[in-house]
Amino acid sequence: MNQQAYVILAALLFGIGAVGLLVRRNPLVMFMCVELMLNAVNLTFVSFAKSLDDVGGQVVVFFVLVVAAAEVVVGLGIIVSIMRRRSGVTADDLRMLKG
Amino acid sequence: MLATTFVEYAVWAVAAAICLLGALGVVLFRNPVHNALSLVATLFGVAVLFVAQEAYFLAAIQVIVYAGAIVVLFLFVIMLLGVDAIESLGIERHVWRRPVAIVAGAGLVALVLVAVLVGTAEVTGQPSSTGSLGGEYNDIERIGRALFTDYVWAFEITAVLLTIAVVGAVVLSRKPTEAALDEAEFDRVVEESRLDEDVPEELDDDELDELEADDEAVGSEDLPTYVDEPGVTS
Repeated sequence: MNQQAYVILAALLFGIGAVGLLVRRNPLVMFMCVELMLNAVNLTFVSFAKSLDDVGGQVVVFFVLVVAAAEVVVGLGIIVSIMRRRSGVTADDLRMLKG
Repeated sequence: MLATTFVEYAVWAVAAAICLLGALGVVLFRNPVHNALSLVATLFGVAVLFVAQEAYFLAAIQVIVYAGAIVVLFLFVIMLLGVDAIESLGIERHVWRRPVAIVAGAGLVALVLVAVLVGTAEVTGQPSSTGSLGGEYNDIERIGRALFTDYVWAFEITAVLLTIAVVGAVVLSRKPTEAALDEAEFDRVVEESRLDEDVPEELDDDELDELEADDEAVGSEDLPTYVDEPGVTS
């Protein structure tokens, strides 16, 4: 199994995630699309780690997982604190960033 | 040999199909709960692909942390906020946004496809610069060795990052002691506070004398002159 197939799949996943991030306006779904993009990059890292026989790629994926967890925790905290005041808000409504 | 190759391709094809369908579900479903469940499918497919590339530890972490913790966090927030706020994909404030987004995404994918398919099939770079994937150690030992030798500084910084994230989450999710105000509420509160500042109806003579004495003590010539405004007591 060559590594090209994995990179192509990762590119497709990343593209779908990017389009979703730009198209969707629910902040929660936008966060999920960010997770999709992170996973696509993780897949690329693991695939290159395999083809270069290098454990560094896997360590980077480990760090990406940790950073993604921290990002989700803080991001969901922000979303909850915004939604608590104005329910049903979308990303369009938050463009002034005045709360 | 042939059977092994076929199994590899079959695993890749099935996992890729799961990943792509899940990703499309994340983008296209309207109900946030369905989006989150589609995300689980994608994460599981990626975990299968990790196993196929001998990253067993990362596959386990992927399922435990992503599917087990992050998606559950998403579901908790969805349940907390309610799923009634379903956005309609049909209405778009800017008509140009969706075509631009799709063109941008297709461009990204096309860039990678060109790089992969037109470029050389071989990966360039120094192999095994931070440690080989083969050898005497197993998967977890290899990652642990790299993590606590070459990447120990990043590891420590990650600990700081997690601490900051925990503190931030606690601060953000704490209920404010005084409720924050909307704009309309703000105007109303300002109006009420102006009404509260009305002059007391009656002042005793003693109190008046005290006030005048205070004014003289301050020295009224130094004070700026006030213009009478409604609601401002002179």
